[in-house]
Amino acid sequence: MTELIARSGESELTSPNAATSSQPGWVDPDSNAPLPLRGAVIRRAGFSVRLDGRSALVCAVLAAFTIAVGLWSISVGDFPIPISDVVATILGNPTEDSEFIVGTLRLPRVLVAIGVGAAFGMSGASFQSLVRNPLGSPDIIGFNYGAALGAVLMIVVWDGSALQVSLGAVLGGLAAAVAVYFLAWKRGVQAYRLVLVCIGAGFAVDAVIDYLITRAEITDVQRAAVWLTGSLNGRSWDEVRTVGGALAVRGPVAIVMQRRLDRLELGDDTAAALGIHVGRAKLALVVVGVGLAALGVAAAGPVAFVAFVSAPIARRLTSSPSACIVPAAFVGALVTVVADLAARRLLAPTELPVGIMTAAIGAPYLLWLLTRQARTGAL
Amino acid sequence: MVVLFGVVLFGMLLSLAVGAKSIPWGSVIDAFVGYDETITDHLIVRELRLPRTYLGVIVGASLGAAGALMQGVTRNPLADPGLLGVNAGAAFAVVLGIWLLDTTSVLGLVWFSFIGAAIASVVVYVLGTIGRGGATPVRLALAGAALAAFLFAGTRAVILLDQETLDQFRFWAVGSLAGRGDALAAQILPFVGVGLLLSFSGARQLNTIALGDDAARSLGTKVGLTRVMSVLAITLLCGGAVAVAGPIGFVGRGVPHTARAWFGPDQRWLIPASALAGSALLLFCDTIGRVIARPGEVQVGIMTAAIGGPAFIVLVRRTRMAQL
Repeated sequence: MTELIARSGESELTSPNAATSSQPGWVDPDSNAPLPLRGAVIRRAGFSVRLDGRSALVCAVLAAFTIAVGLWSISVGDFPIPISDVVATILGNPTEDSEFIVGTLRLPRVLVAIGVGAAFGMSGASFQSLVRNPLGSPDIIGFNYGAALGAVLMIVVWDGSALQVSLGAVLGGLAAAVAVYFLAWKRGVQAYRLVLVCIGAGFAVDAVIDYLITRAEITDVQRAAVWLTGSLNGRSWDEVRTVGGALAVRGPVAIVMQRRLDRLELGDDTAAALGIHVGRAKLALVVVGVGLAALGVAAAGPVAFVAFVSAPIARRLTSSPSACIVPAAFVGALVTVVADLAARRLLAPTELPVGIMTAAIGAPYLLWLLTRQARTGAL
Repeated sequence: MVVLFGVVLFGMLLSLAVGAKSIPWGSVIDAFVGYDETITDHLIVRELRLPRTYLGVIVGASLGAAGALMQGVTRNPLADPGLLGVNAGAAFAVVLGIWLLDTTSVLGLVWFSFIGAAIASVVVYVLGTIGRGGATPVRLALAGAALAAFLFAGTRAVILLDQETLDQFRFWAVGSLAGRGDALAAQILPFVGVGLLLSFSGARQLNTIALGDDAARSLGTKVGLTRVMSVLAITLLCGGAVAVAGPIGFVGRGVPHTARAWFGPDQRWLIPASALAGSALLLFCDTIGRVIARPGEVQVGIMTAAIGGPAFIVLVRRTRMAQL
């Protein structure tokens, strides 16, 4: 997919942002009067926030859906538990059976799904705005390649525990991101060179992974294959605490960066004219985006397509021209929870990894994007 | 071009001489001039290494030519022949073949992967032509990515449910030339040959398409027909290569991209040059892979990616990449 980014990075014809970027808060050259901003603006000394009514409503509805699906997901399984008991358990009145199944097994899993989905959603939203392309994702900086290598090394060579595998993935991903960024640096970073370097690095990393996979014990290979698909099986409160804590730190940073992102979408020159330090802002956004992706990958592995589909869906639902970091988080959470429910129950009692379901959901989305743009003649 | 041809010949000789048992140059030549069945070295050269060398040449040439063609059709200097869903279709068909029919031999899987590759690329082409304006490059690429993702999900589901399938699939998925036998080269040659002919004959039309569809039409090129023929050629070439050797990375994408820096964007030169360079790269990588981890072998698919990836990065940093 990276080559598509390189391509449309040049033409920008495929970017929905290119078409919509002239809307937010622009001064219409003919009227000399600012267009009315959507939503209410709250101003305090040195601080202002625009609250968009429709975005808030969309987020509320998405949250309600997520909670509903989450509760359903907790209630179904090999040992069904009535929704009323689920709610009672979460509120602190467990029955005998439900305490273990809900409290220890299913609730943490759903919470991790929500956290991971939100992290991937925000990460995708910031990367797609950054490269101004609906196909942008943390892949373009090589993070996922490095994470996969780190995890496979941990599993195959060092036989690591789940925690060590997560750690290996995050370290590998960060190392790859830094390496790709510096290898692509030559008097500034261009998106096109970044994509090319990342393709080269991807080949090299894939070669190492393939080498390890063909020489490992089959049980290790299976473990690696599950990790590489992205799975939420057997997640506990430990992961919930890690994900929740990390999300609480990185989420707000991403949300604060949103305004800079909106300016950057107008193009480097315009953003600079609007008072953004372009180089610094881009680096900060890459760091935040990679940080969020790292959080998701550490908890669940590289779950396909969540980062990719969340932001465009959020944009369409809110019909907002801006980067939609917050709504994308809610969409990501809902998508992941739904996909995990499907992965658990589709071939019950066998549990599939959630990554298979997200890929199966993401592919039709891509086709839909294709036919919709074909109809309007945009492609 | 002459130099490239020489490099391929040298690669073939090297591939015949080097291996688990190193054979002196004299014996290699003797094996052709005065073949004697009783001499072990002659047997190794003629029966084991020659078929493998032929396969290396064929697979490398197909991948190189298919890559150049793909980059020309999509007007994208980074397109991979796998974008048509060929690799994903082949992988899914192979997994199904192993899982449902317990196919264990390499030869048994060849036709699964060829048919899977063909079906996938037809589906991608049909999906890409939905809507007004026919199959534009971006639409083809998106349709390919979508189908690949879908097939990937199916492949993953099967290999995670069945450990034995995973155990076989992991060796198929890296791409290798080992243990293919000499019948295979002859079986796949007609498909690859037709594909190469199609790609050479369409080169002139692709040159005009590089100027844009409208300009190409006004120059008398039948744009739609050229695209269909090119997609057909890519399917034959790439499907044939995947069928015999499994998915081999880098050759299809990196070789034409690099060749463009040397030969310029003229497809009439670029396609044959990419084919030759692809053959040479595959032969050298296969030969290195045979001796690098003695007594074992490293599969050629791993070697091409391991050597090609870093070389590609160096190239990207050194030069302004040639555009289409």
